[in-house]
Amino acid sequence: MRRNLLEFWRTFSRNKLGLLGGFLVLTAILAAVFAPALTPHQPTDVMRGANGRGLTFSPPSVHGPLGTDDAGRDIWTELIYGARVSLTVGFTAGFIAMFVGSLFGITAGYFGGWIDNLLMRVTDVLLVIPDLPLMLVLVATLRQMNLHVSPLLIIILVIGLLYWTSTARLIRSQVLTIKERQFVSRARAIGAGHGHIIRKHVLPQIMPLIVANTVLTISTAILVESGLAFLGLGDPTKPSWGTMLNFAFDRNAVTNGAWWFYLPPGLAIVWVSLGCILLGNVLEEMLNPRLTTHHLEGDENMIAIPAPGAK
Amino acid sequence: MNRRDYLLRKLGFSLVTVLVVVIINFILFRVLPGDPVRAVIGRNVRISPEIQQALRVQFGLDKPVFPDQFIDTLGQWLQGNLGVSWSQRQPVKDILFSKLGNTLLLIGLGQILSIILGVALGLLAGWKRKTAIDVGALTFSLVAWATPTFWLGIILLAAGSAWLGLPTGGIVSPANVSKPLYTVIPDLARHLILPTLTLTILYLGEYMLIMRSSILEVLSEDYILTAKAKGMSHWQVLMRHALKNAMLPIVTLIALNLGFTVSGAIYIETVFSYDGLGNLFQDALTKQDYPLLQGAFLLLAISVILANMFADILYTYLDPRVKAN
Repeated sequence: MRRNLLEFWRTFSRNKLGLLGGFLVLTAILAAVFAPALTPHQPTDVMRGANGRGLTFSPPSVHGPLGTDDAGRDIWTELIYGARVSLTVGFTAGFIAMFVGSLFGITAGYFGGWIDNLLMRVTDVLLVIPDLPLMLVLVATLRQMNLHVSPLLIIILVIGLLYWTSTARLIRSQVLTIKERQFVSRARAIGAGHGHIIRKHVLPQIMPLIVANTVLTISTAILVESGLAFLGLGDPTKPSWGTMLNFAFDRNAVTNGAWWFYLPPGLAIVWVSLGCILLGNVLEEMLNPRLTTHHLEGDENMIAIPAPGAK
Repeated sequence: MNRRDYLLRKLGFSLVTVLVVVIINFILFRVLPGDPVRAVIGRNVRISPEIQQALRVQFGLDKPVFPDQFIDTLGQWLQGNLGVSWSQRQPVKDILFSKLGNTLLLIGLGQILSIILGVALGLLAGWKRKTAIDVGALTFSLVAWATPTFWLGIILLAAGSAWLGLPTGGIVSPANVSKPLYTVIPDLARHLILPTLTLTILYLGEYMLIMRSSILEVLSEDYILTAKAKGMSHWQVLMRHALKNAMLPIVTLIALNLGFTVSGAIYIETVFSYDGLGNLFQDALTKQDYPLLQGAFLLLAISVILANMFADILYTYLDPRVKAN
């Protein structure tokens, strides 16, 4: 296991895109964790000029590296505190989706038969209902129901419980091939139970795939959260990057030419989700043996290779 | 399994999915606090309790939720009666249909452009794997994938209005609002440039990625090697053997993408104040106009489900392997 990890790291560290992805994700996490150390202000503090008035729509200057918003708050501070919200939602929702997707995928793939049929039909139904309208209706209704839960929790649950379908399908197809391998039938022959086989033989085989897929799902979750928040469903007391963009757009940052208000939050979203996508794709590529043969690569003329011993 | 059975199964699946959507819609509508009779009378609080009770009886709201009310509602929806909008005081159906055309125009243009460009670029990138073209195409599609739709819209809106003098919103200039659309095509086109561009850039990336991986998969097949061994040039192999087979996933993707396209329309129409279903959806959301929201959801979901079904049917005609299976 350790040798495998070491080998994995050796292949991975040679991949520049993977390293770049890791760097993007890691810096964002560090900024979120160490936010108080990176700014002297609180996200709600209003910056004031020499005359004591709030500095509204002030471009990047000594008062703030990224300027201020319509209420005079420091955008850099809002941005790194927003990372906490965006990343928390993204990671939690991503993990929920991974858990549900793996559960569905393993159960369907391993047990097969009518269980497989039922679970996959449920997946298909979910896959074909347009996701954003469904989420908007769900979130709007749940918030209206006075459930006394944080709006962020609602968003996390809705994203987590809707975005597991691709994970489930991927894992199911992988489990289907593993199930047919000899070590599984041998384990079954010596009397191993389903739980044992899944834990000891199936899970270790698909774990790398699950990890790669989770990273991709996290990027989806971050993007989806930003969209919901932009449409006004975020938690205004805990602004994420999407909420910042919602404020920027609603308060006419575009017509005021306040590019420092609407560019940074979007760039931050691209930064993290691109990081996750690069990381996830590189991991998936390393673990997917297909896509290696390419018959039209290289020269147009074919060189016949003589069979051994056919001089 | 022959084609008829396959089609029947697809039809059955679509019906079940529509039923799921209807049930979701019904449940969401009923769990809301407050009385559903408000959906019928609007926010007019001056209606006396007696009349409200009479309305409740008239609309069957005194009966049990399941099955009586469910069957009633289902019957209403089947007749196209989606209730009355709280904010606009008009039948939801009429409002939806007045916006449908505008959205179809935007989505259609964006889809056609992104499919053509995406397929061409994906083919090129897969063929010339690991060259500058491929790396450029991949980088573009990855960045497009990571970019939030609405944010790209905001940037294009800011750039297009400041540097190119393009309109910042709406579907036509205020002076042309009451005229029929076909009489003000140049004005309409100016308003369509930025939203269409946003849609195209975003969906282009995905078509390109799928086309690229699809062509790569096809190019690893033995029949490509055979074609090459017969002495055909790369271009001939691509056009005669690879393209047709690699296009198959695109057909499925177009249908699967309709869901994403709807999401894109909601974001883009919001950013560009484009007078379509997406903007209406967002508007209903902020005004908490539930009948309108539910009606819009029902329409969008059922359209996407039906479109998927047609894509599946189309697929059976395009891919002979489905028939044999």
